[in-house]
Amino acid sequence: MHKIYIGMATCGIAAGAQAIHDVLVAANMQNTQIIPTGCIGMCYAEPLIEIKKQGEGSVFVSGLDAKEAKKSITDYIENGNKDKNILPNKGYGKQVRIALRNCGIINPEKIEDYIAEGGYEALRKALNTLGREGVIEEIKASNLRGRGGAGFPTGLKWEFGYKSNEHKKYIICNADEGDPGAFMDRSILEGDPHSVLEAMAIAGFAVGADEGIFYIRAEYPLAVERLYTAISQAEKLGNLGEGIMGTDFNFKISINLGAGAFVCGEETALLNSLEGKRGEPRLRPPFPAQKGLWDKPTVNNNVETYANIPAIITRGAEWFRSIGIEKSPGTKVFALAGKINNVGLVEVPMGTTLREIVYEPELGGGLPDDKAFKAIQTGGPSGGCIPAVHIDMGVDYESLASIGSMMGSGGMIVMDEDDCMVNIAKFYLDFTMEESCGKCTPCRIGNTRLHEILSKITTGKGSHDDISELKSLARVIKDTSLCGLGMSAPNPVLSTLNFFGDEYNAHVNDKKCPSLTCKDLITFKITDKCIGCGICSKVCPVNAITGEPKKIHTIEHGKCIKCGECLPKCPEKVRAIIKE
Amino acid sequence: MQIIVLLYNDKVLENVISLYICGDPRSLSMKGMVGLTSEYEKLDAFIKNLPTKKGALIAVLHHAQDIFGYLPVEVQDFVAQKLEIPAAKVYGVVTFYSFFSQQKKGQFRINVCMGTACFVKGAEGILEEFNALLGTETSVVTDDGLFSVDALRCIGACGLAPVITVNGKYYGRIKKSDVKDIIAEYKGKI
Repeated sequence: MHKIYIGMATCGIAAGAQAIHDVLVAANMQNTQIIPTGCIGMCYAEPLIEIKKQGEGSVFVSGLDAKEAKKSITDYIENGNKDKNILPNKGYGKQVRIALRNCGIINPEKIEDYIAEGGYEALRKALNTLGREGVIEEIKASNLRGRGGAGFPTGLKWEFGYKSNEHKKYIICNADEGDPGAFMDRSILEGDPHSVLEAMAIAGFAVGADEGIFYIRAEYPLAVERLYTAISQAEKLGNLGEGIMGTDFNFKISINLGAGAFVCGEETALLNSLEGKRGEPRLRPPFPAQKGLWDKPTVNNNVETYANIPAIITRGAEWFRSIGIEKSPGTKVFALAGKINNVGLVEVPMGTTLREIVYEPELGGGLPDDKAFKAIQTGGPSGGCIPAVHIDMGVDYESLASIGSMMGSGGMIVMDEDDCMVNIAKFYLDFTMEESCGKCTPCRIGNTRLHEILSKITTGKGSHDDISELKSLARVIKDTSLCGLGMSAPNPVLSTLNFFGDEYNAHVNDKKCPSLTCKDLITFKITDKCIGCGICSKVCPVNAITGEPKKIHTIEHGKCIKCGECLPKCPEKVRAIIKE
Repeated sequence: MQIIVLLYNDKVLENVISLYICGDPRSLSMKGMVGLTSEYEKLDAFIKNLPTKKGALIAVLHHAQDIFGYLPVEVQDFVAQKLEIPAAKVYGVVTFYSFFSQQKKGQFRINVCMGTACFVKGAEGILEEFNALLGTETSVVTDDGLFSVDALRCIGACGLAPVITVNGKYYGRIKKSDVKDIIAEYKGKI
């Protein structure tokens, strides 16, 4: 039997995978199974199809429209012809896929596919062999740490929940993946929803809870739909619901939609949101494991953390600890985006270096157009920008924190010479300022002030005092905010000040933006190389470019809005328009 | 002026008429409710079918926004009454979450993703281009009621950055020059 896997997560569908699926089904190829699957991880290549022809190695077809894809694929399957569109599968290289083990391999809408890959065996083992204490011991021994960013040991969290004497307890899955640039949780839920359901049931059994709740972003409609499908399938087979697998363990799972508030990824704010309130964080203690949802003990883990659980239960803590580094065993999924060739998801052992992640051909694949690597931003709005000098650092919770960034949920945005670090810091402050819930003053007002100062600097109105003001204000916000959002919001400012102080100085002293990004600090000019072709004056939206045909043109600076439309239009041989 | 008061339940009918007779301007917007009664009925049915009203506010507001397209004060009042909670609490929640809108949206809702990946690939310019070509500003519906443009939080399709969605349909890797074609595509649908 030949097998054709079509990546049909949000990215794939957005790139046209549905049409490809439909024409391939309609082509009715003999002895061929067409499997819609989740995210294969190589977002840069979408729409992406993997073909496993019987008796042959796996190949990919990438980036084609439905008609072209059908032609190449049918020709390959039926006649054995490999045209130029049939690409060899180079494999995953240094990737170790645990959380993503089934993504791109199974049909996420079929529980049978999950079971065929050993799914729900971990739950059976927990119920029949390990028992409640056994599960907690195994997770503690594995030293799995929370993949949402803070890195708290999962086993300890479960033990706190287990030890509580309350009758009613809750298990929560935090799928409020709000970090811009992070999309591993969406991919797991779209590609392998059952692994998360199974893990929540295992957690419920160990902790003694009969109810699990998803808190998922409303921006992820496909993930929500697939979760509903998965829950009803699992209930039908008796893997969720009453008397699971013939035991007296009951566990039901429901879904709650978020409504677009970044702070709700913070676990106490999430609890308030689940109670139908404004998502403002609560004071701690009491911790959620003692008093959480509706004041009942609540165990809350992130999607990727849960996705690791069934593998740990099935294969044992010792196996898990053999991967990664001692303090942080296992793997981490990183979402690579920005100025990088292979935009997508990679899952690598903890301790893999940034250089490997960015440059290995099967991982990041380097930067496009051979531009110089300037920085990598990790941890989203709570993290920092790491400069090239630290590129050989192994990535784990502690190493990132030691240089002023953090793991966060695992977004990695690569920046090149064209990105202005002051502007990037301003972008993140723009985000945290908008997303601050407003409950505590340092975060509500402090971040607004930080943003104002950064705006001053990027528009050429900054002074040296502003830089020292930024530093002292950032420290106050870090020290005095109520929750993780405020405490980490100044990180982008502090890390760029620390590593890219020169750029701040250039903005303040010379009123120049070294990467030529900040509009108020750049000018467009036409040099005497101009041949007077007039193309630039036609594209200028504000008619700022004038000149006689075949004579040197000029830009009227009062009119120019610095949109940059003219720059790429100047013929390649001439290149008379410059930005400085 | 003539008002139509079909299909109202007694309580709302009484409200509309008394407000109208007093010359309260709210009756005019409530008059708009007349034709919309079935929409309120839908929302009412949803609320009645909830297993519990405890903690249900956000789910109800999601549903209400699906039905009405946005959450004007009248709808918020309705939800408050039905869930037996203060209207201030409903307003507090509506204004807290960016997914809820008190403004009417266009027939075609354009969302420009403003996640980091999209930002470094030029999403800001795309947003400006939409606003410039439509002659509107972010979150304000165009005069003809056809389009509204919003900046959205990261939708997690970073592989296709910059990304926009129009009524839920994704457009990936778009350039500034694609913007006018996308607008034309939807103008062609009217």
